[in-house]
Amino acid sequence: MIALSGVCKRYPGGYEALKNISFAINTGEMVFITGHSGAGKSTLLKLIAAIERPTSGSIVINGQNLGALRPGAIPFLRRNFGLIFQDHKLLFDRTLFDNVMLPLNIRGFDRREAQKRVRAALDKVGLLSREKAYPVTLSGGEQQRLCIARAIVHRPAILLADEPTGNLDAAYASDLGDLFTSFNQVGVTVIIATHDENLGDRLKPRAIVLNHGELAAS
Amino acid sequence: MKIWISQHFRTLIAVIARLARTPVASLFNIGVIGIALALPAGFYVGLFNLQGFSRELAADPQISLYLALDAGPADIAQIEKRLGQLPGVRKFRHISREQALSDIKNSTGMADVIASLGQNPLPDAFVIDAADNGTQALEKLRDEFSRWPKIAYAQLDTAWAQRLEAALRLGRLAVLILTTLLAFALVAVTFNTIRLQILTQRDEIEVSRLIGATDTFIRRPFLYFGALLGLAGALAAWAIIWASIYLLNSGLTDLLQLYGANFQLRHLNVDDSLSLLAFSAGLGWFGAWMSVNRYLSASTPR
Ligand SMILES: Nc1ncnc2c1ncn2[C@@H]1O[C@H](COP(=O)(O)OP(=O)(O)O)[C@@H](O)[C@H]1O
Ligand SMILES: [Mg+2]
Repeated sequence: MIALSGVCKRYPGGYEALKNISFAINTGEMVFITGHSGAGKSTLLKLIAAIERPTSGSIVINGQNLGALRPGAIPFLRRNFGLIFQDHKLLFDRTLFDNVMLPLNIRGFDRREAQKRVRAALDKVGLLSREKAYPVTLSGGEQQRLCIARAIVHRPAILLADEPTGNLDAAYASDLGDLFTSFNQVGVTVIIATHDENLGDRLKPRAIVLNHGELAAS
Repeated sequence: MKIWISQHFRTLIAVIARLARTPVASLFNIGVIGIALALPAGFYVGLFNLQGFSRELAADPQISLYLALDAGPADIAQIEKRLGQLPGVRKFRHISREQALSDIKNSTGMADVIASLGQNPLPDAFVIDAADNGTQALEKLRDEFSRWPKIAYAQLDTAWAQRLEAALRLGRLAVLILTTLLAFALVAVTFNTIRLQILTQRDEIEVSRLIGATDTFIRRPFLYFGALLGLAGALAAWAIIWASIYLLNSGLTDLLQLYGANFQLRHLNVDDSLSLLAFSAGLGWFGAWMSVNRYLSASTPR
């Protein structure tokens, strides 16, 4: 359960990216956050992942009020999430395998168990045969799928994806839609920020619509 | 617990691999640290060698009595008798002027000089071990001897050992100052090395933090790296000192042979060697810790 109430975000410099946002997302839901470019979608995901801090209002995730968290507790909060970043944030000096291994290293997984999970995640996104390759050798769509593998390898309860279909062609985008649906079907809460209307049309999920930082529909 | 150990072990392996990946830079760093440490540590070794030497001298303080040149056998017998009766004297030995002369001839290579003198310039002497080696007791005894007839000069041999001891105290202070300065240098070297490393791994650190890495986790490999750098530097310093002493000792042997003496410098003992390693590893750790913390607190997005 993710609940926002009266959340405002003003960036340093004074720009108000989000104004008085309130909504709740239930565990196991699949939700799209949509809106024009600059509407505040990425900002909203960053607030939920405690990457940015709201200027006012409260965010409660599984009963934990983010505003009341000690700085030392934030890494542990973030471990509930699988994060798919708009700019990928892949490590280009590491193999695909090591990129996907990173979240498990951070959590101190047993080596053998970790290797099994990495291969399962790479398999899920269809990149297992490339595990020893480096990210530069991948196409845009493959890099996106590598991000997804890294986000799901530790089996998070909540998946946060920022523009996962970014600049992919329609066929790729619909494959990704199926992938997210399959995660949602095994109980993962999936939150996708996107301006890609095709994706929404096909999956028909609940949509939270932002317009210039204000909540237009939820 | 097993996972915890294997995690640390893996970090260590990764860090050693990282050191090996840039061998030249690593060697330069280790060399700089090694030389910086070898200075105070080498000075320290010199000091404790001198200290050992002075202790050897001071261990058995003796009083030397030099008799007047006109003292005859009767005077000598008289002094022997008085010494035998004095309770403060534990043991004494008479060195006749002839014996003193031949000792000098044999031991100092001054045979030519001595031979050129027409007559024996040396007086009869007594060397006395006191019952009580306290400085006060010795000085009292010496003063008493100097009042005896036919005694030209009574000398307490600890005097210059005490002067040496005072000089050593000064030397120890110098080592302390030098150590402090170079400890600072060592911290600065690791601080900077780690700072550069962090820059090359900024992306990895950023992603790791975003997906739930604790600061402890981020810090760990850098702390290991700093400690390892310090440790390797200390090993280099140890090797520099060992080699220096080794070379000095072979030089000393040749030199001292000319004087018929034998004296060898001692190497760093096990305790001191371990302290050197631990001290340096600790400073490397500390430098890394400051460097990482500075970066982490500067890049925390709140
Ligand atoms: N770090 C930042 N500092 C200042 N302004 C920002 C920052 N991040 C985003 N913004 C601004 O906030 C607004 C919303 O941005 P964002 O949440 O990225 O929108 P979206 O993801 O919907 O395109 C934009 O106008 C953007 O310029
Ligand atoms: Mg965005």
